[in-house]
Formats: sequence, C-alpha cells, structure tokens
Amino acid sequence: MGVLHRVKNWLDERFGWHEIRAFIEHKTVPVHRYSYWYFLGGMTLFLFIIQVITGILLLLYYRPSTSEAYESVQYIMTQVPFGWLVRSIHSWSANLMIFTAVVHMFSVFFLKSYRKPRELTWLSGMLLLFIVLGFGFSGYLLPWNTLSFFATKVGTDIAGQMPVVGKWILVFLRGGEDVSGATLTRFFGFHVAVLPGIATTLIALHVLLVQRFGMSVPPSIEAEWEARPTERREIRFFPNFLLRELMAWYVALAILGGLAALKPWELGMKADAFAAAPPGIRPEWYFMFMFETLKFIPAKIAWFEGELLGILGFGAAFLAWTLVPFFDGGRRGRAQKLITGAGVFALAYIVVMTVYAYIAK
Amino acid sequence: MLRRADGPSGRNRNERRARWSTRNKLWVSLLASCAFLLAAPVVWGQTQGSNREGAAPNTCLDCHSQQGPPFGINADEFSSSVHAQKGLLCTSCHGGDSSSDDMTQAMGTAAGFKGHIDRAQIPALCGKCHSDAAYMRGFNPSVRTDQLSQYKTSVHGQRLAKGDTHVAVCTDCHTAHDIRPPNDPVSSVYPTNVAKTCARCHANADYMKEYKIPTNQYALYATSVHYDQLMVQGDVSAPTCSTCHGSHGAAPPGVASVENVCSTCHVVQQQTFDSGPHKGAFAAMNVAACIVCHTNHGIQKPTDTMMGTGKGAICVTCHSDGDPGYTAAAKMHADLVKLDDEIGRSDEILSRAEAAGVEVGEAQLTLKDAQDDLTKARVAIHSVRPDVVDQDVQAGLKVTQSTYQAGLAAMAESKYRRTGLAVSLIAIVFVLIALALLIRKMEAGRGA
Repeated sequence: MGVLHRVKNWLDERFGWHEIRAFIEHKTVPVHRYSYWYFLGGMTLFLFIIQVITGILLLLYYRPSTSEAYESVQYIMTQVPFGWLVRSIHSWSANLMIFTAVVHMFSVFFLKSYRKPRELTWLSGMLLLFIVLGFGFSGYLLPWNTLSFFATKVGTDIAGQMPVVGKWILVFLRGGEDVSGATLTRFFGFHVAVLPGIATTLIALHVLLVQRFGMSVPPSIEAEWEARPTERREIRFFPNFLLRELMAWYVALAILGGLAALKPWELGMKADAFAAAPPGIRPEWYFMFMFETLKFIPAKIAWFEGELLGILGFGAAFLAWTLVPFFDGGRRGRAQKLITGAGVFALAYIVVMTVYAYIAK
Repeated sequence: MLRRADGPSGRNRNERRARWSTRNKLWVSLLASCAFLLAAPVVWGQTQGSNREGAAPNTCLDCHSQQGPPFGINADEFSSSVHAQKGLLCTSCHGGDSSSDDMTQAMGTAAGFKGHIDRAQIPALCGKCHSDAAYMRGFNPSVRTDQLSQYKTSVHGQRLAKGDTHVAVCTDCHTAHDIRPPNDPVSSVYPTNVAKTCARCHANADYMKEYKIPTNQYALYATSVHYDQLMVQGDVSAPTCSTCHGSHGAAPPGVASVENVCSTCHVVQQQTFDSGPHKGAFAAMNVAACIVCHTNHGIQKPTDTMMGTGKGAICVTCHSDGDPGYTAAAKMHADLVKLDDEIGRSDEILSRAEAAGVEVGEAQLTLKDAQDDLTKARVAIHSVRPDVVDQDVQAGLKVTQSTYQAGLAAMAESKYRRTGLAVSLIAIVFVLIALALLIRKMEAGRGA
C-alpha cells in the first residue's frame, strides 16, 4: 500500500473523504446559452483570494497612523521589492472584485437564480456585496492621501445625515467629530479584522449553499428543456467546469497584471486636515451614482431635507432589492415583468448616473 | 458747503467757486432760500423719516441732497462715509446749526457757519481732530494721529505752505464727503485704488506742467510686476505708490534712501547687495541702488537674461568686454542658466517616469530643494560676486544630479515592469492554451 493510499484512508476514516470525493465526482453544472455567467461568482472569489494574499503582504509594511500611513505606503511603492506591484494589484483587484460582484449580482437577478430554494444564497450574496463595499470605503482612507481624506469626510457626512442614528453612526465611524487619526485606526481595524472575519464566514455560507443547491437554470431554459428533454446538457464540475473556471481566473490575472504594470495605482498627496478641500473631491466609482443623485436632489422637498430623503430612498431601494426573492415568489406574468423592469431601470440608472458623473465632473 | 476737489478740474472749479462766494454770496443765499422753499414739501417726508428713530437732525442734507453742483451732496455717499457712521455731521467741518429748520439760523455766523472751506485750510481743519490723539482714541485706540505732521514734511505740504493750492490736500485723496476707512475696498485709498488716486493728478500732463516732472509713472507702474501682484493677483500687500513714497508724507525717496525703501520688502537682496562691490561704486557715482538695474515705477519680473553679457543683459550698460565686472556677469549668468537647465532636465525625466506610473514623489520633493537653491543664487547675484553665487549653484547641482539619477532609475524600472508584464502575459497565454487543449482532449469523443 502506497503512502498516498494510506493518507487517503486516514482522511477517509476521519473526514469521510470518500463521500466528499463522490460528491465532487458526481456534481454537474448545466450547460446552456447563459452558462458563461456562472464564472462570475468564481472570478469574484478568485479576486477576493488575491485581496487576502496581497493584503497580508501589505500588512508587513503598512503603519496605520496619520504620521506614518502615507509614508509607509510610499515606502512600499518605492523601496520594498515588488511593493508597487503588490499595492497596485491590491487596489486594482479591489475595484475589479466590486465590478465582478455587481455584475454577478445583476446576472443572478436577471436569470432569476434567487428563486426558491435559493433565497438564502441571494441574501448571503447581497450581504457580501455590502461587505465588499465596506472594504472599498474603509480601504480608500488607509493611504491617508488628500483625495481619500476628503472623500471619507464627505462619505461619513452623508452617513451622518440619517435620521435618529445618523449622528451616532458618524461619531462611530470617525471615532470622534472629525476625520482624524482615530478614524484611520478604526477604518484599519474594520478593513483587516472585522470585515474579513464577516466576509470569510459569509463566503463559506454562500459557497456551501451554492454546492447544496447547485447551479440554477434560468426559467426560460428550464421551459425549453422540459419541452425538449434531449437538449438538456451538463458537464462535470470536476474537472471540466473547474478547468474552464481556472481559464477565467488566468484571464483575470492577466488583466490585473496589465493594469498594475501599465497603470499603477496613484498615491497622490499626503492628507492635510487643515488644508481646504481640493476641487474634484469624489468617492470611488462604485459610489458615484449615489453621490451624483444626492447632488441633484433639491435642498428642501416639501418639509423634508432633500439629502435625507435621498438617503432614505436609497436605503429603501437597497432593502427592497435584497428582499426581492420574497416579492418574486415564483409568480409569473405581471409581477415578473415588473421585477425585471425594476432591474433594468436600476441597472440603466446606475450606468447613466455613473457615466454622467464622470463626464460632468 | 465744501465740495470734493477733483484734481485739476476741481482746482478750476474751486477758483470759480471762491469768486462766487465773495461776489455773489447774496445771490447764492437767495437762490438757496428759493430752492429750500421749493424743495420743502418734497424733503418734509424724508426729514420726518430721518428723525423717526431719534437720530440727530441734519437739515443741511435736506436741501443739499436735492441740489446739483456746486452745492449738491450725495446723501447716500455721505451717510456711508466713516464720518457719518461715527456720528459726525456737516457742521463738524462746516460749522452752523444742522438742527435748525431756519436756513438763516442754520447757516448763520452766530452758529459758527464757515461755509466753503478754503483748500489751504483743509489740512489744518482735518488735523484738528485727526491730530488729537485723545479725541481719536475714542473712536479707535490704535489709530495714527501723525498725518498732519507727516503732511507738512511732504512735497504737497511744503508747497501748500508756500501758497501753492494746486497740490494735493486731504480731500483730494480721501474725497470730501465720501471718506471711507483705508481698509474699505471702495475707499479711494484702498491699496488697489491708491495708484489711480495718485494718477488723477500725476498722470495729467496739463496739470503737472508747471511742476516739470514726468507724468508716465502710472503708465509704467501698470506694466510692472508690482502692479501685477497687486491688481491681477489681488495681493493687497504688494507695493503701490504710497508703499515707496509714503502717503501723508509723500515725497520721492532720495538716492541714498532707495535701497532702504526697497529693502522694507526685499531684505535679503539688500544684505547681499551691501556685501558686494556695487554698494560703494553706486554711492560714488551718486546713483540710486536697485533703480540702476530694476528701474523704479516700471519694475519688471527679473529674468536670468538681465544678468550677464548677452542680449537683454543690464550689466553691459556699464561693463564692457575685458573688465572684471563683465567676466563676473558672464560667469554668474552661465551658473544660473546651468542650474535652471539641470532642474528642467530632472523635472522632465521625473514627469515621464510619473506618467509611466512609477512613484517618484520623493525625488520630485527633493527637486524643490534645487529650485530653492536657484532662488537663493538669484538673490546672491545682488552681491555681484561669482564665488557667492557659485555656492548656491553647486548645492543645487548636487541635488539635480541625484534627482536625475532617480529619474533614470525610475525609467529603467518602468522598462523592467513592462518587460516583466510581457513575459507574464506570454506565460499566461501558454497556460490558457494548455488548459484549452486539455479540456478539448478530455471531452473529445465522449461529449460533456
């Protein structure tokens, strides 16, 4: 008996390796004209793994204080061997991860993959998206440069507009009344401890639920397969699908490498709390549609603060979006069309407002 | 009532007015009475309004605000003047009784009515309050009270004392009834308005004819770096006429004083100038330092070409080929140009590296030290000693040497990154092809 076989037996006795292997060998993935959307979840996971690895490497040199944060990132960019590459990959990968997560969410939405019994998969995915946005917001401040400093000021100001709890949230996020060293240390804490902990747990749950229920087949494909059962096609998850996923990961890696080498993430100027806010302060691109919307809303709408109504409106929209599996309920006809229409409107609104924000400046 | 004297035209009017006041006093009084009677119904409501809140009545304005020249007063201007704001009335300068509705009583000699104030009397009249430190303290404890004594030392004051009433008196610069504090942007003596106020007389060739002095000062000043800083950049600390000539004690600085005047701002330039040979040479030639090279009113932003022996160099107006000054000028110019060029070379390569995505912020910050050294060298040329200039230039060149090396290293790094990317992409393409072939081989013949 070879060593490998003995190890297999040892694992089998303790973890039921045989069952796991059998599950993997028998797991299949449906093949149809929308199958390529299945790769987005895995690609987001790949980018998250990249984030974890590069984040740990950055942690070796980064110092979370107002007097050292900027300098430590500058040191990473100029003195640490391949530090520029690690930091650039971390920043680009973060943005690509948010992009793939959002595209994954919309693909799941339009393919109706959130339907019973996958409501919890959708819920955990939505929570993960919010966590990922939290990663972006907290990580943006860490280099302590002018743009991130003032963008954090504006961002936390907006959060502070919320009724009742607004002030408390503002002080909680900033660690005081103003954006300061206290804000930097707690954003660092959120970014490297709190959010990764929650994200890892949610990813584990999300992946587990995906494995438990398998890949969802869109209703239109399901109907076609029911009408013509011979057209039903599947491939084995391992190795066929996984190898294709691996190809997608390599493509993502090539894009990341290209961006990092040709357009390394800028460091900007060190933040100065006493300086006037420079022109062109804006949040990261994924918050731009909300930022631009708030600029359009009049200061007063009837008796209410315009900005407050905007924030509440976005809050209600995100809540409704998160709870969409419970509105949908597998109904057909008008309700389905309404939900799909809302999705098309949301996507068009986000794209148009984001593009407009960058064109109008 | 005293009317604003507006430069030369104001002087002619004042002369006419003086003749009026002596010959036609009776007629004027008669006309004023008629005007008062005609205007009475109109101004009645306003008088009522002005007294509504218990303010001291000012019946002078009731009539004079309705009149045209030469007796008209703009009530809005007067009420926004610093005098009116502090509660002073027409009677504070002109005497009389502004509380009386009876014109003969209001403008009667019994009430101390002075009427028109003769130009020669204006400085003394203003000085009555403005030289009284105890009185002025009640309005502003830190206000200066030496204007009259300064004025007496000025060219204006000295000529007035000799009977020349064409020269500027208080009202010519401050106006008579619309007097604003000097920190009020509307004031005629606010920094950005001073030059135009002076130019009203000093740029008028006809008016200045009898004094036989140039009238192009304002035109030259308008082309100067000082004007640009003050009027275009909006820096109200930048020099205007009064900065160099004084305000109340206005006089051209003497040859010996020019250096001291300029050094109130350009301190280090004076120190280096004093350490060099030009100090003694200029004094011996009895020429004003600073002005010899920079001129006075039309001072331009200095350039490196001003120093040297080439086209546009000022040094060659005194020095000619072969003399030590000529050689020194050529050496200092070459030094400045060399450092400037090296800074430009470093800046260019660092900018290219930055555009290529390499972090060069530290080198760019260091390059600012070289720029500082160049500034120091440009100041050091006032010593006209090449060895002194060379110290700053060498310090700057040492910096540019390191920043240029940093730029070269950054460009090499950029090339290395691109090569690395190309190798990585080739490797990734190979892996992708291998994976595609593997999948194809696996699925060949047995479907999915």
